[in-house]
Amino acid sequence: MGDNIVTESFSETHRAAATPIVIVGHVDHGKSSLIGRLLYDTDSLQDGKLAQIVESSRKRGLAVEWSFLLDSLQIERDQGVTVDSTRIPFRLGSREFVIVDAPGHRQFLRNMITGAADAEAAVLVVDAKEGAQEQTRRHAMLLRLIGIRHVIVLLNKSDLLEFDEAKIVKVESDVRQLLGRLEIEVEAVVPASARDGDNIASRSERSLWYKGPTLVEALANVPPPASRAALPFRMPVQDVYRFDGIRYVAGRIERGTVRAGDRLSIGAQGQVATVAEVCRWHAPELPVAGAGESIALRLEPDLVPDRGDLLFPADDKAAAPERSARIRTRLFWLRGEPLRVGESFTLRLTTAEHDVTVASIDAVVDLEDLTLREGDSVPPDGFAEITLAASHAVLFDPFSPGFGDGRGVLVDRYQRIVGGAPLIGPAELADGEHAIHPTASRVSAARQVQARGHKSGVFWLTGLPGSGKSTVARAAELALSEQAVNATVLDGDTLRAGLCSDLGFSPEDRHENIRRAAHVAKILAESGQVVIVALVSPLQSDRAQARQIVGENFHEVFVDTPLETCEKRDPKGLYAAARSGKIPEFTGISAPYEAPVSPELRLPADRPEQEAINTLTAFILRIVQP
Amino acid sequence: MTQTRILSREQSTTGTASSLAQPRIMDDLDQLEAQSIFILREAYRKLKPLSLLWSLGKDSNVMVWLARKAFMGRVPFPVMHVDTEKKFPEMYAFRDEYTKKWDLDLLLGYCPPVEEIDPSLPPAARSAARKTAGLAAMIDKHKLRGVIAGIRRDEQATRAKERVFSPRGAGHRWDVRNQPPEFWDQYATPYEDGMHIRVHPLLSWREIDIWRYIEREGIPLVDLYFAKDGKRYRSLGDQDITNPIESNASTVAEVIAELETSRTSERAGRAMDHESEDVFERLRVAGYL
Ligand SMILES: Nc1nc2c(ncn2[C@@H]2O[C@H](COP(=O)(O)OP(=O)(O)OP(=O)(O)O)[C@@H](O)[C@H]2O)c(=O)[nH]1
Ligand SMILES: [Mg+2]
Repeated sequence: MGDNIVTESFSETHRAAATPIVIVGHVDHGKSSLIGRLLYDTDSLQDGKLAQIVESSRKRGLAVEWSFLLDSLQIERDQGVTVDSTRIPFRLGSREFVIVDAPGHRQFLRNMITGAADAEAAVLVVDAKEGAQEQTRRHAMLLRLIGIRHVIVLLNKSDLLEFDEAKIVKVESDVRQLLGRLEIEVEAVVPASARDGDNIASRSERSLWYKGPTLVEALANVPPPASRAALPFRMPVQDVYRFDGIRYVAGRIERGTVRAGDRLSIGAQGQVATVAEVCRWHAPELPVAGAGESIALRLEPDLVPDRGDLLFPADDKAAAPERSARIRTRLFWLRGEPLRVGESFTLRLTTAEHDVTVASIDAVVDLEDLTLREGDSVPPDGFAEITLAASHAVLFDPFSPGFGDGRGVLVDRYQRIVGGAPLIGPAELADGEHAIHPTASRVSAARQVQARGHKSGVFWLTGLPGSGKSTVARAAELALSEQAVNATVLDGDTLRAGLCSDLGFSPEDRHENIRRAAHVAKILAESGQVVIVALVSPLQSDRAQARQIVGENFHEVFVDTPLETCEKRDPKGLYAAARSGKIPEFTGISAPYEAPVSPELRLPADRPEQEAINTLTAFILRIVQP
Repeated sequence: MTQTRILSREQSTTGTASSLAQPRIMDDLDQLEAQSIFILREAYRKLKPLSLLWSLGKDSNVMVWLARKAFMGRVPFPVMHVDTEKKFPEMYAFRDEYTKKWDLDLLLGYCPPVEEIDPSLPPAARSAARKTAGLAAMIDKHKLRGVIAGIRRDEQATRAKERVFSPRGAGHRWDVRNQPPEFWDQYATPYEDGMHIRVHPLLSWREIDIWRYIEREGIPLVDLYFAKDGKRYRSLGDQDITNPIESNASTVAEVIAELETSRTSERAGRAMDHESEDVFERLRVAGYL
């Protein structure tokens, strides 16, 4: 029955948790080499490790490749590039660190963030000869956005500059200027060589002019994490259990302290309860718990909060979190396609999940000079300030470096993490702006596929009047239904008879017609439907906008029937009317048609119509069948 | 002002002289424990059905213990032992004893005979692949969406690349070149049918942390970890592929003292790790732990 006896050793001398340090910087600037060298020079390698590295290097015809200590994957060793981050324990005197090796290649930015996000300090490695490069800037920006407060710059490969003071001071001032623009304070700038070990663990003979710390000295100076215990209490509910008739509200304390007897507000609904007991299993009995502890609370009255509800002090207005349905955030964007206004996501904030829509993109960071520009989309791996609109008020504390507050993460309908969104504060509604708070479907894309048996998609048929768009679309609709695929056709004339009956054929009205069709297509596709749009949509720019509205599900199909053929067919007698001047601004005659440059599918006119129908049907099936 | 609030709390029935009590300052083990509890609770909430791999070794005993911490003294999901039928007799005895003592819901699985395994693998790796096949069969049989496993980053260099929630796609493969982002305690959830997530609550623990925690909590272990006749096991695999190390450490405290000065790696006694540079990665991509 030893289980329930609390041993004496609880009162052992205190050992602090390891301090995580991330090593970042442009690809090939020597991050992995630096860590390998650091471990070797501080005698931190296990027996046999060095021999393994030497052997793996020899096999690939290399001299000792220190980076192999971290780059353990075959692809990493064969390509000489770090793909995913690694964490290894490391000790300096009595202090424990965890060194995180992050990849520098842009393609692996998400892995860099995975490694860097919980670091206390960062070493930004810059090749002294090359100076700051694109990923140096990108990583520096990220250090700021994820809230890393202590940054050490290491000018690596200084051996290539023979540790020349004038040259190194020049790079140093460039890098300092760059970080200054990001309001990042630099703890030290160390000229070093990972290859030869200069200024890593010991002072270099080659840079006698340098009076600052070695890397090891700079690491030892990184202060321990700030205490979160003195801030107002916050505990997001992680789960609610009922064991043996007792209800436990489980969660981890994000900050502050909670005591039995405290009165707490629960979530946005504002119910209040008193803490009846702070519960733990097999631990010293204490009626109090502080930041970082995973505990369970019994509440009085015995309420049942939801996961995600924030618990905070009930009686102190000043200690309450922010509350807003519109939130300004700084965004780092990790999806392969750009982000646009109007897209919907789940905002995860600790254990809470909120449906949000991008209400506006307020500024986009230009990575060349790190300035803010206007923009209507955020590129992959880009940074921006955006405003999110939620369907309900969100309780949050604004992001602040070194603390867990305001760490928003955006998740798409496929449950993929697509961006980090540190929450800056509530957003004011601009004058004249309507307070719209769109809601997003809670049905996941996977569930829809399961229910319908196929994926969704928007197939946008463009072509001259009379080119056969509607005929092909309707025939494909029928063929698909025989394959148990539900398709909807949005046909130009049909739309104009109803939804768009207020529109004429001026450029503005045509534009509006296409915009509406694109939004309807998007809504249908989001509900899991296959949508075939048959619209002349003559302008490249209008189709580009449609693609933007619909997003990644958009497939452009060019019904490529030449003008002469269309005019010869002229099923509705429109060409004849246009030629005689009865229809102004008729596409192909008196208004331009811009053919798509690279449509996803082209249906040429020199083949029988049935072939076009079969080609389109097969194309759609290939995309939507799971 | 503060005064009256303190008074009113002291009068409350539950406040028992607690008004001025301060929270304990968390040490390294407290922090590791709190993070592991957080992870286990996330898994329990998000992944159903869920099971914990109980290999009967020290790490998985610590995991069972942490689960009991997370869920107020019980493990609210089944634990799973994928039996190679080549374990030490002491381990089977331990399993039977603690299944009862800890009131565990035990799922048993068996591994296919070694003749059914890819013959191009070196011998010890073949034995690991056998375990992978046994595990895969259990995951399919019980349609598991979450499997909790006790691997640690410091054990092996490819494990150091792992996520806390590591998605496994079709065929249980680990797509090591394309792992999802994982930061700010936001973990991947399954997004397709047939996927499962490997949950790794001990990823940040080191060998010595495990031992110090075992000491602090008084967690029971199989005797094989303690020296007899100058030898003990540092890591427990199958009988035929695990070798004991030279040691006189016969108590938890002595093991800790030994580790504080040791410079060899924990898995040095595992034959498979020495067979070729890429063998571990190949096995792990195919679903090995
Ligand atoms: N001359 C010289 N070469 C170095 C030094 N440090 C690293 N290198 C070389 O630079 C190359 C890249 O080193 P890595 O350590 O793989 O670079 P990395 O920054 O980790 O690269 P990624 O992780 O792929 O972004 C290797 O060929 C190293 O041998 C140095 O101090 N001096
Ligand atoms: Mg690297």
